[in-house]
Order: sequence, then C-alpha cells, then structure tokens
Amino acid sequence: MTTTDTFPRCGPYPAAAPFAPIREELTTRFGAMPDRLDLLQILVSIQHRLGYVPAEAISWLATNLGLSRAEIHGVVAFYSFLEETPPAPYTLRFSTNITELWQGQEANMARFKDLPNVRALPTSCIGLGDQGPAALVNGYPLPRLTATRLDAIARAIASRRPVAEWPAEWFKVDPNVRLAGPLLEFAFTPGALVERVLAAGDAAFMEMLRASGLRGRGGAGFATHAKWDACRAEVVPEKYVVCNADEGEPGTFKDRLLLSDHAELLIEGMTIAARVVGAKQGYIYLRGEYLWLYDRLNAALEARRRAGLLGAKVCGAADFPFDIAIHLGAGAYVCGEESALLESLEGRRGVPRIRPPFPATHGYRGRPTVVNNVETYCAIAQLAGIGAAEFAALGSQGSAGTKLHSVSGDCAHPGIFECAMGTQVSTLLDLCGTRDPLAVQVGGPSGRLLFPEEFHLPLDFSHVSSGGSFMVIGRERDLFELVYNFVAFFHHESCGFCTPCRSGSNIMLNALQRIRRGQGTEHELQIITEAAAVASKASHCGLGHTLGNPFQDLERGRPAVFQDRLRDSPDGTVLDLKRAVAEARALRER
Amino acid sequence: MSDTRKITVATCSLAGCFGCHMSFLDIDERIVALVDKVSFGRTPLTDIHTLHACDIGLVEGGLCNDENVHVVRHFRQQCKILVAVGACAINGGVPAMRNRYGLAECLEESYLYGVGVADPQIPSDPELPLLLNQVHPIQDAVKVDYFLTGCPPPAEAFLELLTAVLENRAPQMSYALRHFD
Ligand SMILES: Cc1cc2nc3c(=O)[nH]c(=O)nc-3n(C[C@H](O)[C@H](O)[C@H](O)COP(=O)(O)O)c2cc1C
Ligand code: SF4
Ligand code: SF4
Repeated sequence: MTTTDTFPRCGPYPAAAPFAPIREELTTRFGAMPDRLDLLQILVSIQHRLGYVPAEAISWLATNLGLSRAEIHGVVAFYSFLEETPPAPYTLRFSTNITELWQGQEANMARFKDLPNVRALPTSCIGLGDQGPAALVNGYPLPRLTATRLDAIARAIASRRPVAEWPAEWFKVDPNVRLAGPLLEFAFTPGALVERVLAAGDAAFMEMLRASGLRGRGGAGFATHAKWDACRAEVVPEKYVVCNADEGEPGTFKDRLLLSDHAELLIEGMTIAARVVGAKQGYIYLRGEYLWLYDRLNAALEARRRAGLLGAKVCGAADFPFDIAIHLGAGAYVCGEESALLESLEGRRGVPRIRPPFPATHGYRGRPTVVNNVETYCAIAQLAGIGAAEFAALGSQGSAGTKLHSVSGDCAHPGIFECAMGTQVSTLLDLCGTRDPLAVQVGGPSGRLLFPEEFHLPLDFSHVSSGGSFMVIGRERDLFELVYNFVAFFHHESCGFCTPCRSGSNIMLNALQRIRRGQGTEHELQIITEAAAVASKASHCGLGHTLGNPFQDLERGRPAVFQDRLRDSPDGTVLDLKRAVAEARALRER
Repeated sequence: MSDTRKITVATCSLAGCFGCHMSFLDIDERIVALVDKVSFGRTPLTDIHTLHACDIGLVEGGLCNDENVHVVRHFRQQCKILVAVGACAINGGVPAMRNRYGLAECLEESYLYGVGVADPQIPSDPELPLLLNQVHPIQDAVKVDYFLTGCPPPAEAFLELLTAVLENRAPQMSYALRHFD
C-alpha cells in the first residue's frame, strides 16, 4: 500500500481524533464547497480516517452543504458502517452468514468480547464466503480466521500495533477461481472493443445485444437490450451508466473477483454502455465491505485515463467524452436494489424509490441511467468481442452466455465456478466436491432452497435463476438455523420504509425465536406464514418481496423441520410449571 | 342467555395491582342495571373464596408463582368464558420487568444485599408459593377467550363485555376503549 491511497488501513483509532486535519484533506478531494451529492462519500472518508463521524464534522457538513444536522444524522444512522460515537481503537466486524456461523464464527466473535481496545460486532456477509470465516478490522478484510490467526490478531490488538503494519498475509484475499470459462479467460486489448463499437455504430451494437439475448446477472435477469433501449430513447444531454458492485446477497463473491482481477473488462463494458446509450459519466457503486478494492480500482481507472481510454476523448473520438468515478457504500444490503442504490449514490439514505418511473428513464439525479451488475458489464465486453451468435451458443435456450457461481459452504472446493447457463445443480455440486448434501441455497437468502429431488434442475433464467450465490448445506446441518439466520439478515437489513417488510420481518423473527426456544406452537407457524405472504405481496421493494422465501421453501420442502420443534399444544399454551419453578425450589433448599 | 337466569362472574387478581378491579368498579351507578342480571362467584370484591362453575372469569395480573398457575387453570376449568384483563394478564406487565434478571438475582437483591435488609435470608417457608423463573402472561398457561386491553381497561370496556355476553353477541370494543394515549 502506498501513502497516496485514499483508503489505507487505519487504526488503532484514538478515542477522539481531531477533525481539523481531515477537513483539509476533504477540501482537497471534494472542493471548498462540496456538493450535496458527495455527502455519503465524505462521511465514509471521515468514518474511515477517524473511526467515527464526530459532532464537529456534522456541524461542518451542515454549514458547507447547506443541510440540516438532522438530515446528516439521518444519513449516518441509515448505514451500518457509519457511527457517531467515539470508536474503539479496533473494530472487528465478523461476517455472520450462516456458512460462516457453521464454521464457528460465534466462538471467534466471543473470543474478543471482553478484550480491551476492541469491539467485536456481527455484520452481514462480507463477500468472503469461500475463504471464511472472515471479519473486517477497521474496514479491511481478514479472511481464513483460524485459531492461530485469531491469537495473532489478539496479540496485535493487545500491543496496539497499527493495522497498516499487520502482515499483508493476513489480508490476502485469494481470487479462488476453481473453474474458468469463456468469460474469465476472455483476452482483449484494452480499448479495442470500444473501438470496434465506435466503428460499427451504436445501432449495430444494439442489434447485436438484442440478438445475443443477454440478460442481467444481478439477480432479476432483465433483458439488457430492453433496459438500454429505454435509456437510449430518452433525448436528453445528461445520462449515466452505473455499475452495481454492491454484491450484498449473502454467499455472493463473484463480483469481488471481477473487480479485483478483471477490472479492465468491467471498465471496457461500462465504456461501451456509455457510448451506446449516450452517457458522459459513469459510477461504480462499490459496497463498503469492498473498501479494500477502492484504490486498486482507482488505479485501473487512472491507467485507462492515461491511455486515453477514459476522459475527454475516449479512444480519440471527439464526440465521446466519458469518465468513471467510484462511490462507496457503507454496509446496507438494500442499496443493491437499483433505486436505493441511486439514492445512496446521491448521498442520501438508501430507501428504494417508487417505480415506475424506472432508472432507465429517471435515474441518477433524475436523468436516464443504465444500472447493470458488474458481471453484466463484463459480459457486454465479451459480447462485443465474440459476437451475438457465439455468445448465445455458450448458454441454454433463453439464457445466453455463462454464469459465475460463488460456491461456499460444505464442499471440498469452495470458490468461483464459471458454468454455461443451463448447467444442472448436480453438475456444479460434483464440480465443487460435495457428496450427498442436504440442500443447496441458490441465489442467496432471497433465492431458492433446493433439495436433492430438485438437483437435476438447470441453473438458468427459466429454471433456477441465480445472482451467483451457491451455498452447499451438508448432511449434518440444521435447516431451521438456516432459515432463522436468513430471516435475521432480512430483519437487520430492512430499510424500515414500509410496514409489510419492517414489521413482517420483526414478526417472523420473534416467532422463529419462540420456536427456537421450544416455545413455539402451530400459532407461531401460522403467524410466520401470514407475515411472509403479506410481505411478499405488499412490500415496497424486492427485499420485502423475497424475505419470506427461505421460510416458504423449507415449509414446503421439509415441513417436519418446523413441526418437530413445535410444542404439542393445541390451545397455544406453553408454560411447563415443573420447569418454571425448578429454580425457586432449588433456591429454597439452598 | 335467557332473561330468567343471571350470569355469574368470577374474578381474581394474580400478579397485578388491583387497579383492574378498581376500574371495574368505576362502572359506578351503571351497576344498578346489572344487579338483576349478574351475580358474583368467587371474587375478592365480595370476599367469596370458592370457585364454582360460572359464565365469565375475569383474570387480572400475570403469573409469577405456582399458585397463580393453579388458580388460572382452575378458572379455565370452571368458566365458560375466560378473559385476560389488563396489561399484566396479557403481557406480564410491570411484574414482568423482573424477567430481564435471573430469579436468584431478584431474591438476593430483595432479601440479602438490598438496602436496609435486616436478618438477610431468602424466604423458605413451605407455605409460600414457589416463584416462577419468569413472569408469564396468562395465555402461556391457559386458553384465553377475550383480552381487555389497557392498564387498566376502562370501566366501559367491562360494561361492554358483560352487556355483550348478556345479549349473546361478541363484544365490540370501540377505538376509544382500545386506545390509550
Ligand atoms: C434488496 C435487493 C438487493 C439487490 N442487490 C443487488 C446487488 O448487490 N448487485 C446487483 O447487481 N443487483 C442487485 N439487485 C438487483 C438490482 O436491483 C438490479 O436489478 C440490478 O442491479 C440490475 O442489473 P442487471 O440487469 O445487470 O442484473 C438487488 C435487488 C434487491 C431488491
Ligand atoms: S421492502 Fe423492506 S427494504 Fe424494501 S422499502 Fe420496504 S422496508 Fe425498505
Ligand atoms: S394492568 Fe395495570 S391496573 Fe391492571 S393489574 Fe396490571 S398494573 Fe394494575
């Protein structure tokens, strides 16, 4: 790491670091009168440098951005990684996705609970499921937490060793490609594909895109050409292309690989998109958990600027100015939802917008905006290279191309697998080295829970659609805990804007807790069933629409998992008098 | 309900403060109209101690000891309609604030280490009911037919309940009887 990094490894944080020195740095980066749109980016910078956002900073921002303190406070409060209370010297955030809990994350966290100088907090999946259990220390990832590693970390903390001086080995994230295919092996000269599109013309590329049948890789599988068409149809000078690098769906980490090792491909794809829809500015919305990729990505952008592939005249074309900036998130899954992402990109709380209008016509700053997933942009570049026919032939009927799967959980070879669209679940299970698993969670908590009788299904848009998460669940695992973990995840990540999701997730979690404690009855099951049904129909965004999926899948596929835990209590009573007085009886006899 | 027969009402206060009973009495002069139609079974209001079969059981307070549990179960056996009255019966209420501490902790604070404790000892007379490790709402132990919300529920809520049963219909609590700001 060089000292010019915007986000170097920081800490130990002093209890109350002065804000003044940072203020100058911020002025250099964002200007003397920063834009309101930069609010979140400024907050993220302050948080990373000081470990919190001091009251002084909030006052300064309020004055300089012309906002009320309440509004700034509202933004800080929305994001899990922003805090207003003075920090501990070190903050460890342990990823608590179910696969990592099953690897002993609970005990790892407990190990630091009572140590001085450190806070051990849980956090949603940090995109290292293939090399977990993992945690973030002051924002930087620590994969492969073995007992020895944890001891070493505890010693580093005890001796207040600067995080910047911790061994690089501790932070090393493996690409972990287990199976590379045409996308990951795609080779090209940077800029060459953009030039090809410039030469052929926008209309020709749109025709290629339509013919290829490319659909979005972010989860929803929307036809990319339709989205771009809608954006192209808008006749305004100001348009944007945005890359969704939020990768928040637990168990997904394939974008991590693309961002770290294939940034060139991503940028090439974004540049093609900008050309075709007529955008001058692009943004990569990078999840806060991937802060460690920020400077690396920035360097890739800078290299392209130097090569004339970004800037006032991309590839020398006088009519093609285009540049890309990176915006960081701060720990909010809902910001992966494209309209929440745009709110966040504008520096606000990441609350999903009312749609329609869709981003393609009313996006960033109300202007036409194409939002696509990282992998989608990479596929765009690949498509420009190999052509529609070859691209479509890589996949299955209605699902062109290949798909990256992030495989984690109970298997011999967790990591990233590139498979043709239409590959059977069972084939991927064989590839990753697993024998006779209990189930597979495909597409993350918002996706589908599949049982062995469904393993013959193809992974594509017509059968089992996936945003790229593939969690293998071994024989010895408890599926109740899986559902409980996922509901807790949704409950934590619900933005709270609409009642079906905010209250529904709370009702579901409480009822599941009662069942977990052995106090649940048919009544609880019924409550969960109803809350899930209401949330799936009446919620404002996709988070609420899918939060009932894990429960519904398990209830449908293996109802005994719930039934076996219920108390046999037709009238709903749960009190076991003998057990309830045992303690008092013991005290009396003491 | 035939006009010739009175309905019988039993009441009890478990882990509660008697506030719900007091509120019941706030029906004031409207009690006159009920006298011909309602009679009391077991209730602290008239000091009748034995419980026989009756139409309505009004239970104030939650369950904090084994005696409470026996009483509420007996009420369930004897009452056609069992009603949880007030926040304590429905949620545990104020007594349930001890649920965040262990039972031993509570007893030690009260009887061993608390301010001004003389002759510290945890009471162990076998006649004392055994405390439950947690305070429970009554529906944890028995099926409940109606819930009168409030702390305490307003007198009108009691009146509506009795009137509805006399008229052989389901009680209808207006918003004002369920809303307490
Ligand atoms: C709660 C929620 C979270 C989402 N998270 C992501 C994400 O992390 N990455 C992503 O690409 N799409 C995510 N999406 C889907 C986006 O809204 C959007 O469909 C996608 O970025 C479009 O890109 P694509 O067409 O290239 O797939 C999420 C959707 C919802 C409802
Ligand atoms: S569904 Fe959930 S996440 Fe989406 S807007 Fe409603 S509360 Fe927010
Ligand atoms: S509900 Fe209120 S009035 Fe009734 S017993 Fe409890 S504390 Fe007293």
